[in-house]
Amino acid sequence: MGSAPSLVAHPGTAGIELSAAGSWTVDHARSLDGIILDMMRTTPADVPVTINMRSIAALDTYGAWLVERFIRARESGSGSTRLDGLPERYRALYEEISTTERDAPQPAKHRPSILRSIAWLGQAAAGFGRDLVDFANMLGAIVVSLARVVANPRSFRITPTMHHLDRVGWQAVPIMLLITFLIGCIIAQQGFFHFRKFGADAYVVDMVGILVVREIGVLIIAIMMAGRSGSAYTAELGSMKMREEIDALRTMGRDPVDVLILPRIIALVIALPILTFLGSMAALYGGGLVAWAYGGMSPAIYIERLREAVSLTHFEVGMIKAPFMALVIGVVACAQGLAVQGSAESLGRETTASVVKSIFLVIVLDGLFAVFFASVDM
Amino acid sequence: MANDKAIDVRDLVVGFGPRTVLDRVTFDVRRGEVFGFVGGSGSGKSVLLRTIIGLVPRRSGSIEVLGTRLDTANAEERRGIERRWGVLFQQGALFSSLTVLQNVQFPMVEYLDLPQRLMDEMAAAKLDMVGLRRADHDKMPSELSGGMTKRVALARALALDPELVFLDEPTSGLDPIAAGDFDALIKTLQETLGLTVFMITHDLESLHTICDRVGALADGRVVATGSIESMLACEHPWVRSYFQGRRATAVNERFANIEP
Repeated sequence: MGSAPSLVAHPGTAGIELSAAGSWTVDHARSLDGIILDMMRTTPADVPVTINMRSIAALDTYGAWLVERFIRARESGSGSTRLDGLPERYRALYEEISTTERDAPQPAKHRPSILRSIAWLGQAAAGFGRDLVDFANMLGAIVVSLARVVANPRSFRITPTMHHLDRVGWQAVPIMLLITFLIGCIIAQQGFFHFRKFGADAYVVDMVGILVVREIGVLIIAIMMAGRSGSAYTAELGSMKMREEIDALRTMGRDPVDVLILPRIIALVIALPILTFLGSMAALYGGGLVAWAYGGMSPAIYIERLREAVSLTHFEVGMIKAPFMALVIGVVACAQGLAVQGSAESLGRETTASVVKSIFLVIVLDGLFAVFFASVDM
Repeated sequence: MANDKAIDVRDLVVGFGPRTVLDRVTFDVRRGEVFGFVGGSGSGKSVLLRTIIGLVPRRSGSIEVLGTRLDTANAEERRGIERRWGVLFQQGALFSSLTVLQNVQFPMVEYLDLPQRLMDEMAAAKLDMVGLRRADHDKMPSELSGGMTKRVALARALALDPELVFLDEPTSGLDPIAAGDFDALIKTLQETLGLTVFMITHDLESLHTICDRVGALADGRVVATGSIESMLACEHPWVRSYFQGRRATAVNERFANIEP
């Protein structure tokens, strides 16, 4: 650590002599900063000053800079400033510091908050437009890639597609079944609890059946997929982009869309309907268990009521939506992945954006489908 | 000074699973010298560096840095030592979410309680010393070239005026001119700041121009230490092929002509 630094002023006939002592090092930088600022305030600008460094115990870049800061601050005044008796071993260090650039670092400019919020609004709007273009670009690239595969089926990459199908489909089955099962239980329990008040117990099965098969099954699965697989796609493609793997692929004459993106999206489009079906069954099963245990409805009656309530049309409505939702999740995830820039922060930002945007679009898409199916009487 | 050794490693053994990477490695680095470490790719140089700075656990042996036994030190003592060294990682390891200036300020913010103005000035001064223009101070690490990244990483390693700096292949990936400049920069800083430098390098030019002593790692052991001249005279087969190979001979000849 060394002894505490000091700077003592001795007024004389030929000006002021400042004698420095102690360790002018990083450990004492805070007190040194105060000493130098005090000295800059109290020393008149028109009096010659000599800084005597003969008795300092140690000097490093921090101490040297603070001396230099004092000397530079006095340059505007008429009094001369001289550095005296600097020990030989520190001379090179001081030279190095005294030749650093003169203009002080510019503090960041702060714009007024109203301007900043307007700028932010503009940037957000432009960003939204860019997102749309990116989404359309990615969709177009996938369609082109798909067309190439259709024209030349042997170019399809079956192994990676199976690998991704295993990851986003097979490995997701347990968690998807568990969650949809619980959702089915909860819907049935709430139904019995509230419908019982006006003796409409029997209609709980209609509610559970239609809600699960038409809406909840596919929505829950799609939202889970966006969180589980969409985020993984974005993070994978993003880190590949950061490490120039995607550029490497391009220079080898392979389109990243063919190699990386198409297998992922096809896996998602296959997996999501399957999981939707399994999830809907799990939810109906959960609803049946609650009907039996909590609602006092025997399984035979539950199945019979279900058969009456749920038509094939309801099932079709749910299943038709699934591949489109998978496509939206996949396209958003891959587009965000390729938007990752160099930094770790950007990877995190794009992954968050991928999940948020795909869940948002899944719900918007569900609304559009509701309008569509209503108008075609399904 | 009570202890003239900056780094003192005795019988260090490091391994992963069944594999022993370093087998009873012993060497020391004196205060104020530039010590270069050479070894083939995969010989364990980086593992040695990472073991000394505490990123890889050792199996046995002792490591003493700046007079403190690191292998037995408690967290408090370790922090005290970590504050007195700087590390330049091979890829720079700049924090990608901070600007260049913030990267250099990071150790100051963490270890020192300084006014923001002084930290700004010091970070700018350090970046000036490593030759980075003011216009580049607010860039993000992803916008920098390889040479600039190394310079910023060096400035960050020097942020707290350390006594000891570890450099992991400081000139790899730089063109010969930039590598020469970087060598000169390390030498200047070492002379002006009185640093001890421990560097891993493959660069024969660096070994000739700035290293006071050289250590060679082969088969998990330090097979030779000494001045570059003694390396040239060493009989160990790996050291011979390293310093007497076709590429090395050209460099050796050039330096033989310069030095009387």
